[in-house]
Amino acid sequence: MGRACYIDDMEREGMWYGATVRSAIPRGLLRSIAFDRSIDWSEFTVVTAADLPGENVIQLIVADQPCLADGKVNHCEEPILLLAHPDKHQLREAISAVQIEYDPLPPVFSIEESERQDRIVWGPDNLIKSFLLEKGDVDSAWARAAHIVEGEYRTGAQEHLYIENQGVIAEYSAENGVTVWGSLQCPYYVFKALRGVFDLPEDKVRVVQTETGGAFGGKEDYPSILACHAALLAMKSGHPVKMVYDRMEDLAATTKRHPARIRHRTALDQDDKLLAMEIHLDTDGGAYATLSSTVLSRATLHSTGPYLCPNVRVRARSWATNHIPYGAFRGFGAPQAVFAMERHMDEIAAALGMDPVELRRRNFLHEGDTNATEQLMREPLILDRLLDRALEESDYHVKRSQFARENAENPIKRGMGIAAFYHGSGFTGSGELYLNSLAGVDVTPGGKVRVLVSNTEFGQGTNTILTQIAAEALGIDYGDVIMAAPDTAMVPNSGPTVASRTSMVVGRIVERASSQLIALLREHAGLGVTYTREDFLAACVRYRAAHGELSSMCRYEAPPGIYWDDQTYHGEAYGAYAWAIYVAQVGVDTVTYSAEVEKFWAVQEVGRVLHPVLAAGQIEGGIAQGIGYALYEKVVLQDGRMSNNQMTNYIMPTAEDVPPIAVCFEEIPFRYGGFGAKGIGELPHDGPAPAILNAIRDATGVSFKSIPLLPEDLYARLAAGQSVEEPALP
Amino acid sequence: MKANGGKTPDGSWPAIRFTVNGESRSVCVPPMKRLLDVLRENLHLTGTKEGCGEGECGSCSVRMNGELVNSCLIPVLQAEGAEIQTVEGLALDGELHPLQEAFLHHGGAQCGICTPGMLMAAAQLLANSPHPSEAQIREGLAGNLCRCTGFIRIFESVTAAASASDTDPAQEPLLEQTNHAR
Repeated sequence: MGRACYIDDMEREGMWYGATVRSAIPRGLLRSIAFDRSIDWSEFTVVTAADLPGENVIQLIVADQPCLADGKVNHCEEPILLLAHPDKHQLREAISAVQIEYDPLPPVFSIEESERQDRIVWGPDNLIKSFLLEKGDVDSAWARAAHIVEGEYRTGAQEHLYIENQGVIAEYSAENGVTVWGSLQCPYYVFKALRGVFDLPEDKVRVVQTETGGAFGGKEDYPSILACHAALLAMKSGHPVKMVYDRMEDLAATTKRHPARIRHRTALDQDDKLLAMEIHLDTDGGAYATLSSTVLSRATLHSTGPYLCPNVRVRARSWATNHIPYGAFRGFGAPQAVFAMERHMDEIAAALGMDPVELRRRNFLHEGDTNATEQLMREPLILDRLLDRALEESDYHVKRSQFARENAENPIKRGMGIAAFYHGSGFTGSGELYLNSLAGVDVTPGGKVRVLVSNTEFGQGTNTILTQIAAEALGIDYGDVIMAAPDTAMVPNSGPTVASRTSMVVGRIVERASSQLIALLREHAGLGVTYTREDFLAACVRYRAAHGELSSMCRYEAPPGIYWDDQTYHGEAYGAYAWAIYVAQVGVDTVTYSAEVEKFWAVQEVGRVLHPVLAAGQIEGGIAQGIGYALYEKVVLQDGRMSNNQMTNYIMPTAEDVPPIAVCFEEIPFRYGGFGAKGIGELPHDGPAPAILNAIRDATGVSFKSIPLLPEDLYARLAAGQSVEEPALP
Repeated sequence: MKANGGKTPDGSWPAIRFTVNGESRSVCVPPMKRLLDVLRENLHLTGTKEGCGEGECGSCSVRMNGELVNSCLIPVLQAEGAEIQTVEGLALDGELHPLQEAFLHHGGAQCGICTPGMLMAAAQLLANSPHPSEAQIREGLAGNLCRCTGFIRIFESVTAAASASDTDPAQEPLLEQTNHAR
C-alpha cells in the first residue's frame, strides 16, 4: 500500500538537509579550504573537524578512521566538510563552491603495491591484519606428494546495491543529546560511534532504526559515519538534519566487498586424497581498517573448503591502499575464499584426470573428523547426502555428457559446474562470548508479548522469525507476539544483525527467555503444567497485578565444549556450520561471448528451516547476488575513484537474468540454535561464483580464475583459442 | 523561457493539473520538477520511491495514461492532464489488491523498497496480459530491480495474482477498478 515509512519518507519540524564535501584526490595533505563568494554562506551551517565535541574517530576495530578529515586525506571521497541548508536544492551548488587545495602524496592502488611496502600509507607497514593458521606439517608433505597443483585466483570488489540508499535524520538538544533515525543494521554500532564523537553518556544518545530498504552488510559499518555527520550538522544548526545520499554518492563513497588474491598450492597422495594445502590469501582493505580484520578472519576460516586435510597452512593478510575503505558484505570474506577453493578443486581434478564430483566426495569432511582449525565435527555432517541430492536434482551426469556431445555443433557451449562449501554461523571464535548479547521478552499492559532485541529487519525476516520463535516457545498465537521498536532507548543490546547469527544465536536467547517466562508464571502466577493460550494470558494478568512488570531477559550462553584460541587460530571456529552443494548450468554464447546461467540447483543443510518461504527467499536472493558477483558486477576504479558509480553502468542481474533456481533443504535440527536453526543468510552468496566458473570451464575447456568474468574477458581468452593449454576434465 | 522564468505575474508557478488515483490534483511547481518529487513532496504520496534517479531501477514506477513510466524521468509538465496511478491507488477501500495479497503470501517482498514500483509494473503487465507466461513476466518486470529476492518469488506472486483474478471475476479489470480508489 506504500505505507511503510523509510527514512526519506520522513520529515521533522524545521528540518534542514545536509551534504558532504569530499576529497577529490586519493591521498594528500589539505592545504586550504576556501568558500566562493557567489554563495551566501550565512544561510548555511558548515561543520569541519574542528567542530567535533569528542574524538574525531569512527572506531569499528582500530581507531584509525576520522569522522571528518583533519589535515590529510587517504582516499577519494573522504568526507572533509559538511553543509546544511533549509532547501536541499541549494546544496549541490554550495558543494562545488567549496574550493579545497591539496598537496598530493603518491597513492597505493593494489595489493601488490601495498605488500612491496616501499610506499607506506597505513601504520608502520601497510598491513592492517594478518593471520597464520597451521595444522600438521605442511613443509614435509610436499616430498611425499603424488601430485602438486598450484593456482592463483582473484575476486573483485562488489557493491551491495541495496535499492534504498544510505540515509539518516538527526536531532540534537542539550537536554536530550543526540537522536538518530536511520536506515541501518546495527543500532548499537551507531550508538557507540555517536557517544565517542559527541563525548556523551549512554542516556544522551538514542538510535532508532527505520524501515530499511536492503542492507546486505552495507548498512553494518557505514551508517555510523553518516549518523555522526548528520548529528554534527543538527547540533551546530539547531535544526533536525536529514542526510540521504543519491545513488551516485552512495556508490562512489560507501564500502564494497574486499577484492582478494588467493594462491593455492595443494598436495595429493596416490589415492587422490588431500595431503597438504598451503594458501596465501591477501585482501585489499582500502584506506582504513574498518572491518577488514574480521572479514579476513572469516576468509581464513572458509579458505580450506569442506574437506579433510591433515596438513594445512593459511597465511592471510589484509593490505591498506588508498581505495575507499572496503567493508562488510554478505558472506564477509567467505565468498572470496570459497571461490578460490572450489575453482581450485576443479583444477586439481583436471590435473589428476579425475571427475570433479568424485574428487570432492573422496575428500569430504565427515562427523568425527577435524577441520583446519582442528575443530571436531561433532554434529551430523551429511555432505555425501547433499551431493547425491544435488546430482539427482540437477541430473548432473546425464546433462554433462549430453552437453559434451552437443557442444561441438552448437554455437552455445553448455556446461555443468559444482561447488561444495560451508558457512560458519554467528561470530567467529570467541566473538559471541565477547558480544555477550542480552535479549528477552516482556508482556505489555495490553496483554501482548514483546520481543526485546536490537536485531533489525531489513527484508530478511528477522521480525517474522523471532516472533515465531517466541510464540512457539510460549505456546501462544503468532498474533499475540509483537516486536519492540528497534530503538536503543527501548531494547537491550542483543548484538549486531550480521554474520547469519539472528535466528541461531539471538533466536536461541529469545527461546530461552520465553521458557524462563513460562517458569516465572508457573512459580508466581499459578500457570499449569499444561495450559491454553487463554490460561497464559490470564496468568500474565495475575502476575502483573501482583508483581508489576513482567519480563524475562537472558544472556548468550555458548554451547558446551567450545574452545577457541585467538592466538593460534585453533579450536571451535564457529558454533555451527551450514553446508551446501550448488550446481550451475551455464551456456556460453560463442557469437556474443556472453555467459548465461540457465539453471541453478541449491541443496543445503541449515539446521531446522523455521519458515520455508523466507528461507527459500534468502537462498534465491543470495544466489542472484552471487550470479552478479560472478558475471556482471564490476567496480571500475580509476585513480582510486569508482568511475561507474551509476546503475546504468554498474550492472546487477535483472528479472531476465536470474535463472530458475531449485532450492532444496535437508534438515538436521541444531540443538543449540533457535528452535533448531543454523545461520542461513550468507551461505547462498558463497557458492554461485565458483559453480558458474566451473560450469564455464566444463563448457569451453578454458579455466577462468578471476571474477567478475565479463563478455570482454571471455572474448579475450576464447577468441584467442587458448583452450588447448588446459588439461581436460574427464 | 520568459524573463520571469515562466512564472505568472504574481511570481508563482502556473498550475499543472492531472489526476492521481482517481482524484483531480493541481500543483504550482517549476514545470521541470520531476513527477517523482511532485508526488512525494507536494502530494505527500511517499509510496513511490527513488532508487537511482536515472530510470534504471524502476523503484519510482507509476502508471500514467495506462503506460508504465519512471516518474524520476518525467518533468511534471509532461503530466498535464494525465491520469496517474501510484501504489497508494492499488488497494481499494482498504482491501489489498490481488497483487499485494499475492506478494504478501508468496514472499514477493523482502525489504519492500522496490515493491511499490514492482507492483505497478506487475499491474501494468496484468492489464496488458491477464495470463502472462513466465517469459512475459520476466520481460514485464525487467525494468524493475530487486536486490533481495532474486525475483523468483516475485514471478510466483504475479502468477498467483493472475490466477486469483481468474477465480474472482470481480477483480477484473484491474486498472479501471483501482483508478477510482482513494
